[in-house]
Amino acid sequence: MITTDLLIIGAGPTGLFTVFEAGLLKMKCHIIDALPQPGGQLAELYPKKPIFDIPGYPTVNAGELVDNLMEQIIQFQPGFTLAETAVSLNKIDDEWFEVITNKGTVHRAKAVAIAGGLGTFEPRKPDLENIAHFEEKGVEYFIKEPEHFRNKKVVIAGGGDSALDWSIFLANVASEVTLIHRRNEFRGALDSVEKVQELKNQGKINLITPAEVIGLKGNKHIEAITLDQEGVQSDIETDFFIPLFGLTPKLGELANWGLEIEKNAIKVNNALDYQTNIEGIYAIGDINTYPGKLKLILCGFHEATLMCQSVYQRLNPGKKYVLKYTTVSGVDGFDGSRKEAEKAVVKKID
Amino acid sequence: MNDITIKITDRTGITHELIAPTDMSMNLMEVIRSYELAEEGTIGVCGGMAMCASCQVYVKSGEDLLPEMGDEEDAMLAEAFHVKDTSRLGCQIHITNEIDGLEVEIAPYP
Repeated sequence: MITTDLLIIGAGPTGLFTVFEAGLLKMKCHIIDALPQPGGQLAELYPKKPIFDIPGYPTVNAGELVDNLMEQIIQFQPGFTLAETAVSLNKIDDEWFEVITNKGTVHRAKAVAIAGGLGTFEPRKPDLENIAHFEEKGVEYFIKEPEHFRNKKVVIAGGGDSALDWSIFLANVASEVTLIHRRNEFRGALDSVEKVQELKNQGKINLITPAEVIGLKGNKHIEAITLDQEGVQSDIETDFFIPLFGLTPKLGELANWGLEIEKNAIKVNNALDYQTNIEGIYAIGDINTYPGKLKLILCGFHEATLMCQSVYQRLNPGKKYVLKYTTVSGVDGFDGSRKEAEKAVVKKID
Repeated sequence: MNDITIKITDRTGITHELIAPTDMSMNLMEVIRSYELAEEGTIGVCGGMAMCASCQVYVKSGEDLLPEMGDEEDAMLAEAFHVKDTSRLGCQIHITNEIDGLEVEIAPYP
């Protein structure tokens, strides 16, 4: 079991910066995120795109901002539970909340900050009638364990980087790889496209374009997919069907945690501290809503900062505290590091 | 002229005739959001980067008024669902005088 002061759900920019502000107030943080890497949308959707409205940065790439935030918080030694989705949140007594993930990891914290952004990224599922029936029975949306596909027949659908990358990888693992895309053109890194071309020429990837998977066949397990290629239909035998159409964010399980939801976002008290209708649970960044809300990274930073003051009061009732400036007080990391301004030299000039 | 008129049919089938400003560098997805014609979280999810297709529309009239599709929009529509021949991404359609009188229908999402 993982215990911490403040549990943060979501490792996007707002969640990451929360660790810093909490650290200044001597509170330990742990972060849960459904994705395998920190950064949220910035890392998953647009790492190479520039952002122009981060104060003090005329321009910064999204991925670079995430790297900088990670560097800024490392001194406060946050814990991470990555590639796991928080599925339940319960108050277990007056002091502790408990959050359990889809993999059963138990977290306990004295306060919870939901910094979930757009929600949990889930795979976009093609609109096929019986696809739910074959999930875990040959239909996979993620490739977790490539060995699973050794010497099996695999059909991949999609036209982006993940469809290309996995086709390349599985070409040497599976007994047969078929890549199906609606267009002749693929959007992906140039070298991936070229590599697929090369593997196609070598007969290691069976490339079918422009075509679409329109049906799935099988009994207990998938046995074939039905293909429509410019009006002509045919079946391809396969052991696995892997549609890779990117990820879409969903509010997911947190919609069932008893929080007040409005317009697919969590209502908070913005006049005070971004607390939700449940005391001790906060929502910050893109996931919350209040009159005048703006979904901007810089607003998320502000919300995180105000929230940490409130969490501090909750964890240390009655304890006196005044806001300190890092320029004056420096920063004491939990790792024993100390950062501070150089002292001015006071010396008489003769 | 600073305003143009656009007809937008929402996901419940109701058609709205709307005024959109040409001087605020807006796009069609943002017009849909500003008039709240689709629930937040189901429109402009990626913020307008042609990465999610939550702002997909079917052009009912005025297709010839629109600028040609860019590569990013074309590629996204190649992967999106519910795509028709008339599909475009609202976030890639800028509100300019040239598109006055455009008529679109918001596509289902996801």
